[in-house]
Amino acid sequence: MTLFGFRIPMMASLIVWALVWEIVGHMDVIFLIPPMSAILSAGIDLVQTASWQNATVVTIRSFVIGMALAIGIGVPLGVLMGRSRIADNIFGLWVNMFVSAPLSALVPVLMILFGMGETTIVVTVFLFAVWIIVLDARAGVMQVPPSLIEMARSYGAPPSTILRKIVLLAALPEILAGIRIGLIRGVKGVVIGQILVAIIGYGELFELYSRSFDMERFWALTIVLFAAAMLLSGIVERAEKRIEYYAGAR
Amino acid sequence: MSALAEEFDPASIVTHDPVVRVEGICKHYGSVEALRSIDLQFERGKLTTLLGPSGCGKTTLLKIIAGLVPATSGRIMVNGRAVTGPGPERAFVFQDFALMPWATVLRNVAFGLELKGTPAAERNRVARHHIEQVGLQGFEDKYPHELSGGMRQRVGIARAFAVNADVLLLDEPFSAVDEQNRRKFQEDLLRLVEIENKTFIFVTHSIEEAVYVSDRIVLLSPRPGRVSQVIEPKIDRAADPDDIRRDAGYLDVVEEIWQGLRHYAE
Amino acid sequence: MSVMSQEKAVTGARAGPREGLRLFAQNRKSFWVVLSLVGLFTAWEIAGRVPISFAFPTFLETLAAFFEMLGDGTMFRAFFLTLQPLVLGVGISALVGIALGIAMGLSDRVEWLLAPVFIVLQAAPMAALVPLVTFVYGIGLTAKTLAVVMLALPVIVLNSYKAVRHVNPSLVDMCRSFQGTRMQQIFKIIIPDASPVLFAGLRLGVAAGFIGVMLAELLITPTGIGDLITYHRSVANYAHMYAAVAAIIAVSTLTLAGLQYVEVNVLRPEKRRK
Repeated sequence: MTLFGFRIPMMASLIVWALVWEIVGHMDVIFLIPPMSAILSAGIDLVQTASWQNATVVTIRSFVIGMALAIGIGVPLGVLMGRSRIADNIFGLWVNMFVSAPLSALVPVLMILFGMGETTIVVTVFLFAVWIIVLDARAGVMQVPPSLIEMARSYGAPPSTILRKIVLLAALPEILAGIRIGLIRGVKGVVIGQILVAIIGYGELFELYSRSFDMERFWALTIVLFAAAMLLSGIVERAEKRIEYYAGAR
Repeated sequence: MSALAEEFDPASIVTHDPVVRVEGICKHYGSVEALRSIDLQFERGKLTTLLGPSGCGKTTLLKIIAGLVPATSGRIMVNGRAVTGPGPERAFVFQDFALMPWATVLRNVAFGLELKGTPAAERNRVARHHIEQVGLQGFEDKYPHELSGGMRQRVGIARAFAVNADVLLLDEPFSAVDEQNRRKFQEDLLRLVEIENKTFIFVTHSIEEAVYVSDRIVLLSPRPGRVSQVIEPKIDRAADPDDIRRDAGYLDVVEEIWQGLRHYAE
Repeated sequence: MSVMSQEKAVTGARAGPREGLRLFAQNRKSFWVVLSLVGLFTAWEIAGRVPISFAFPTFLETLAAFFEMLGDGTMFRAFFLTLQPLVLGVGISALVGIALGIAMGLSDRVEWLLAPVFIVLQAAPMAALVPLVTFVYGIGLTAKTLAVVMLALPVIVLNSYKAVRHVNPSLVDMCRSFQGTRMQQIFKIIIPDASPVLFAGLRLGVAAGFIGVMLAELLITPTGIGDLITYHRSVANYAHMYAAVAAIIAVSTLTLAGLQYVEVNVLRPEKRRK
């Protein structure tokens, strides 16, 4: 938007909303909404507590392991499905089903199979993130121009070289896009998993703060989480932009 | 058959019945100068082609005449009135056809009249007439995706004719049509110019197409777009189309334009 | 298209077994669906019989539990309770979300004010806020509906917004060239052209709504399918619990597939003929 000839960056409106929040908070409309300034100062206290730091370590650890599994399994499976019609037919049904299935219903099953600990969270993150990574990698591989593969074959490249030097590189933009959405879904997975398990990481803290009506800390924790999710997707988006130059040339 | 090409100094052209006057049009996109002081006149019953390499601003000029894009300075006069936006006396034919995928051929052709509030019975009658004119009778209830590229552009042309505008603005209308259909189109266009007493302004990047269909060709040079040459190919339209394309005069004009443009090619 | 497949069929007849297998893979879609279903269910049955965990019933036990709950009406009652907040929540999100999204797409000011909020809400784990709902609305239908709205609204808003921003500019120019008014432009060009993407957003909203309603039922108020899952888990009736989980996933999958079918066959006539 431009105002008086100046371009105001889009995200600046969030500041306006924070101010509105501050005012509503001071009006004492509802105990759920404490002033933004109180939330921010609670946030500064929060990050210095040992309980937050421990919860963060646990959360990041489950998230990283779950995502590593999702990428490590998702990308190869997607590439396989993109290259092999048979693999596509066998796995396609399940991948398409789970990519939009209400996985929150599956968490209780995971809890009895993997216990009320970190393993369940890791599996939840994996299950939330992996399907979209598979689908995007598959789409990327299928979109590789056939002429590019024929070109490599005409110069005598063996299949393994074609896979490494043509298919994977040509599909990279889609693979990265899938990983970006996978990361966002993984964050949702780690939170949903922890909230449902309720005794580890941020889930435990959320449970604690909402039981004790400690709204300042509850919102501070939420803001930390939201900011982390935005930051993460921002980082991958930057990586995507860097390889866009050849995605655009197709 | 005499196909002499005569050259004019653009400033000295005197036309009898200028329907459209382009007066000192300039266009800037930010710091980029797209068009520099264009002066042109277009008369009734004639087809004028704006021809030039890509980046010469020919489509921009056409959209300025249409009122779709505002000029930075200068003005467009149509029938003596200054243009401030799109108007009923001008109709546009789009390069990508701009057909509504959710509407039938009939509704697409009648769309200009629908927007004006013409009653359904009346606008469908007019639309059917023009669908027939472009040779699409029997396709009234088909959807655009069921038609070939050539047929889609016939729909676009019928839609432009259905609003009975004085001026027809055609933006590379045949560029998305295959070669065989393109030739047929060019012949049909000549027939339409002959029977409909309208002003046609046609944009193309094909030299052959320009020479074949035009009464007058305005050559634009790029960066910034300026009028570099105006050519009137004197071609005997009564002759057989295939003979025209083999005629020495026709080929000379094509060659002359190519010589004028070749230093813009990479 | 038909010519192409004919050509392929002709070359297939002459080709070796490998090519034949590839063609079989390409043409017999339903065979592969059955094969992959049978494959997974067999694996499930074997894993249950081993058993890999005391809490892992076999496929047949789960199937029996499913039919038992279907027979005595538990399943119907549970779905009736679960689908209420889902339909309500998605309905509200659709009305509000499409209106907001279109407004954001049409006006730069509304875009500036609202787009960042919804971008944050869509990328962020909204699930964290679901427990808050109980403080205000208790554990009734309102709370569950609100949980659905919280998850479904952002994705519907953002898709509607993108749909409007990606309307074919050539069609808008066409409407302007025939002196269409702004209202005619919006209702005759922009909304019809955006409608396939609007509908796709709605479908994503339904998917998010399913996640939301399950979260609400597991977290706030044990009713419906969530209650079946929680209850049978607490009494270690694992086959029934698995059957409830599989049932909600199946219903969500079928709903989404149905919506996708509508989208492809009704809203995109240009893609209908393949």
